[in-house]
Amino acid sequence: MTLLYIERLSHNFGGLRAVQDFNLELQPGELVAIIGPNGAGKTTVFNLITGVYIPTEGRIKLNGEDLIGHKPHEIISRGIARTFQTIRLFKELTVLDNVRIAHYSRAGYSQWDALLRLPRFTGQEDRVRREALELLDIFGMADLAEATSKNLPYGQQRRLEIARALATRPSLLLLDEPAAGMNPAEVERLMETILWIRREFQLTILLIEHQMRVVMGIAERIKVLDFGQTIAEGTPTEIQNDPRVIEAYLGEEAA
Amino acid sequence: MNRVFWNRWGLILILLLIFPLTILLPRFGIINPYIDLVLKYIGINIILTVSLNLVNGYMGEFSVGHAGFMAIGAYVASLLTVWLFPRAAGPFLFPVALLAGGVAAGIAGLGIAFPSFRTRGDYLAIVTLAFNMIIKSVLENLDAIGGPRGFMGMEKLTTLWWVYIWVIITVFLARNYVFSNFGRGVLSIREDEIASGLVSVNTRQVKVLTFVFSAFLAGIAGGLFAHELQFINPRSFTILKSTDMLVMVYLGGIGSLGGSILGATVFTVVMEGLRTVLQQIGISQEWRLVVAPLMLILLMIFRPYGIMGLREFRFLIPRKERPEALNEFRKQIHASKGGKEALT
Repeated sequence: MTLLYIERLSHNFGGLRAVQDFNLELQPGELVAIIGPNGAGKTTVFNLITGVYIPTEGRIKLNGEDLIGHKPHEIISRGIARTFQTIRLFKELTVLDNVRIAHYSRAGYSQWDALLRLPRFTGQEDRVRREALELLDIFGMADLAEATSKNLPYGQQRRLEIARALATRPSLLLLDEPAAGMNPAEVERLMETILWIRREFQLTILLIEHQMRVVMGIAERIKVLDFGQTIAEGTPTEIQNDPRVIEAYLGEEAA
Repeated sequence: MNRVFWNRWGLILILLLIFPLTILLPRFGIINPYIDLVLKYIGINIILTVSLNLVNGYMGEFSVGHAGFMAIGAYVASLLTVWLFPRAAGPFLFPVALLAGGVAAGIAGLGIAFPSFRTRGDYLAIVTLAFNMIIKSVLENLDAIGGPRGFMGMEKLTTLWWVYIWVIITVFLARNYVFSNFGRGVLSIREDEIASGLVSVNTRQVKVLTFVFSAFLAGIAGGLFAHELQFINPRSFTILKSTDMLVMVYLGGIGSLGGSILGATVFTVVMEGLRTVLQQIGISQEWRLVVAPLMLILLMIFRPYGIMGLREFRFLIPRKERPEALNEFRKQIHASKGGKEALT
């Protein structure tokens, strides 16, 4: 059973072809990486999957259900979560609230329950608070629950973003350059985290990353994009030896 | 009496004890009619400030047309008490009239929510400004309800105790809203609207709810205002009135209910105090009109978050959200976790 199915996906910004003929099939439990030089259209693919942009052409299906035309929050509620290339936490809010906001679609009470503090509100709110704290606890951040998220160190902010994404209970997690700006020790820890959450939360992971250590270390399959086109696809070893990839990254001479 | 008891019932007891005072003090002339009036204005202004703070402070949108919602509430409530309700039943049906005014304003709020889906910041400000002007023009051109001459004939139904009750209802509802899933959604829109949608927040739903709720509260305040003055005209609800609300919000502090209470109180007292001061030193009262916009400019430059920006008084935070309660929850989780593998 295919989890995510993308067929002939294309997207233009005005005359610019950001993504062209992108195909991808993800099986449950897979960890696939998308790599490519800056501006290759990697993040655009994520934005198309999550409904931020509506593709010019192509189909995206999650568990056989069409995603195109749905609003981002609807797509997220169906089981896709993502993090961002540059951290996009709710900076002025607490760590706990950052995670609780991601419970929005599963809060389980109406505005009337909330306004009048009816029993359903109290019960569900207790559950949300507990789940959020448990999740933070897993990431070793429960003691930071009341800290303002902008005051966390960089590495912690990255982890909080992952925790927040997991709070939406995804089956597919999209990570956009999670290792950006991290030192080697932090990268090492991040790789462990990614493998750990995949196992523990039964996730399928699609990863955009520039650091080859991460990509070659944990991805099972790699897709290489350049100028919106898929130029190579395969296992890490295959990709490392692919002349087109070397050319895209290092120029024609090196190939 | 132990701490737990006071934590739970203290505030309610204090509020209940004050209630008879709001009836007795004016009745027996212990506070003179002028003080009574100023207290009522403070209350009405608290409701208005909470209303505008929901949109401008919590949600980070910029409405400059809230006087429009207030006008709708004022006219609808007044029309009901003067034309529809029998005089004798007036005091009993007063809350019904206020609610009707609030609901009418809420429906108008629904209309303003739609442009907010597409536009933010300056553009939404212009839309709300236009809304304010449209409401005023419509009222001026409806001769049946007095047109530019205004509408009168309301009885003085706005008593101090009614204002007191509506302030408590307003703050209670707003607190419940803010400290809920919806309130957190509102905050996330202020922080980063795109990210908000991408962590499952239905941003449209949140915007509609917040605009309608905010407009409803402004409508209630309008009804109270109308039945205090016993006379309303379209000029009472111009952009100047909206500016007053903005000053109170930014003075007290954005994203704070405590700030709204403080801002409304300080502003009302200062403006009233100024009346006396200007009279004493013999300067024209016109200068009062300069003070509010001037305060707004100075605040935006020197203290954009206001007195209480993004902070809250302890008594306005629900018990389960206070630090000691969170600590308790944390302990339970640590205890129940046992030997489960955790990420380090």
